[in-house]
Amino acid sequence: MTLHSLCVAPFADYGFMRRALVASVALGVGGGPVGVLLVLRRMSLVSEAMSHAVLPGAAIGFLLAGSLSLAAMGLGALVAGLIVTFLSGLITRTTSLKEDASFTSFYLSAMALGVLIVSLGGSNLDLLHVLFGTILAIDAQAVCIVAAIASLTLIVLALVYRPFITECFDPLFLRVVGGRGSLYHFIFLLLLVLNLVAGFQTLGTLMAVGMMMLPACIAKLWTERLAVMFLIAAVSAAVSGFIGLLVSYHLGFASGPTIILTASVIYAISLLVAPSGALGRLFRRRHFSNARTEV
Amino acid sequence: MSIPAIGFDDVSVAYGRHRAVHGVSGAFAPGSLTAIIGANGAGKSTLLKALMGEIAPARGRIDRGGLHIRDFGYLPQISAIDRQFPLSVADTIMLGAWRQTGAFGAVSAQAARRAKDALAGVGLDGFANRPIGSLSLGQFQRTLFARLMVQDADIIVLDEPFAAIDARTACDLIKIIRRWHGDGRTVIAVLHDFDQVRAYFPNALLLAGRMIDWGATDQVLSRENLKAARNPVENRSGSTAVHGS
Repeated sequence: MTLHSLCVAPFADYGFMRRALVASVALGVGGGPVGVLLVLRRMSLVSEAMSHAVLPGAAIGFLLAGSLSLAAMGLGALVAGLIVTFLSGLITRTTSLKEDASFTSFYLSAMALGVLIVSLGGSNLDLLHVLFGTILAIDAQAVCIVAAIASLTLIVLALVYRPFITECFDPLFLRVVGGRGSLYHFIFLLLLVLNLVAGFQTLGTLMAVGMMMLPACIAKLWTERLAVMFLIAAVSAAVSGFIGLLVSYHLGFASGPTIILTASVIYAISLLVAPSGALGRLFRRRHFSNARTEV
Repeated sequence: MSIPAIGFDDVSVAYGRHRAVHGVSGAFAPGSLTAIIGANGAGKSTLLKALMGEIAPARGRIDRGGLHIRDFGYLPQISAIDRQFPLSVADTIMLGAWRQTGAFGAVSAQAARRAKDALAGVGLDGFANRPIGSLSLGQFQRTLFARLMVQDADIIVLDEPFAAIDARTACDLIKIIRRWHGDGRTVIAVLHDFDQVRAYFPNALLLAGRMIDWGATDQVLSRENLKAARNPVENRSGSTAVHGS
């Protein structure tokens, strides 16, 4: 088997593979940097909860469209995401529950409601598609929506970069200098929901957040510079999409889980060999203890 | 514009039903250098939070002399900031130029020059590109002081600026505080070390869940006041006499 037949032919020969590749690369370019901000804000679990909490909206969109329409599911999920964001914000402000607790309570209820809606109106196969995605069935319109969300994400990140970073790093400072922290927090949650929506058809509601969090964790292990972190997250997500699609094509694996597992393998390697990984830290400790001994 | 006085009129601050500090009346005079002192739980940081508008007073009024909170330079406790955040020292300091740049504006050459001067002023020349995660606690506090220098505020509020940092850094930072005082800025700092207060701070506000005294440091740190500050029963009940300056 030549390198061409291994890596290029699947995409050259089949339109559905090309569309899947473009969608997963776009997903990584938009979702990777959002994932980095989620990790830095210590909101990793909130993002997981949010990805489940928007399920009822996606399910209603799915039923109304009668198919896995990214536009209909996305709109439904967006509305559900905004409602969940508003209500959990309200609960956090008016009760003693913290944001993670209110999100978790919402996601459990919403997940149950979403699965109920899909199973009432569709088949078990539909439910599987909503939960796990069908990246190989993605059409040109859906690819355009994913690409548009990725572009919008990058534009918003570029415009609101300074307030986003300040709100993560020192929220008190942002309040004191008159920055509207809650507005930027809301814009960030909006970006999160949009990127989850982008991941729905490709990876399904259960794994959409995987294309954000795993690349972000990989990036955090390799660098301490924010701009480089964004870049590594986007590139590792795109590479996971490329390798994952090839593996799923050649071995006949389900494509969504294979993409996520590819990112997991890169993450596992990074855990060992990255500068902030286990070996990197061990080496640094040895290096410093030797230096101390020499002194 | 001249710096206004910051007045407190019978201010009480509470967390829900729990009253953290009460009966605070007096004023930080323009250009004054005041230490807020007291034991742990005396209400020092709580009073600062009320001053910075983070908590609304349960009773009384804080008069900021027409200034907005954003006109203040505020250094929170170091534990309130994520020290592992992937920012460089230069980027952290540049945040101090927010009043000029706003959320979206470009950094002017003048602001960049001020940041460079501030970096040198706190003794961190050559550290501009270092990630803040690689700094020691003292170096990080110097970085936050440099951010305050770039902020160039007339009123500077410091919450435990010397907590857990080495003596040399504390000494350097005290020099910066005294320079701010010399420039005519109003400086308010929460401190623990009474010797430091006696040596460098002309004014003091002594708290113990209530205001014990507020005025010249020698007067405030009298034996009677310190004894009163140690009496928890008296401090939890009723209001107290007011000695504003």
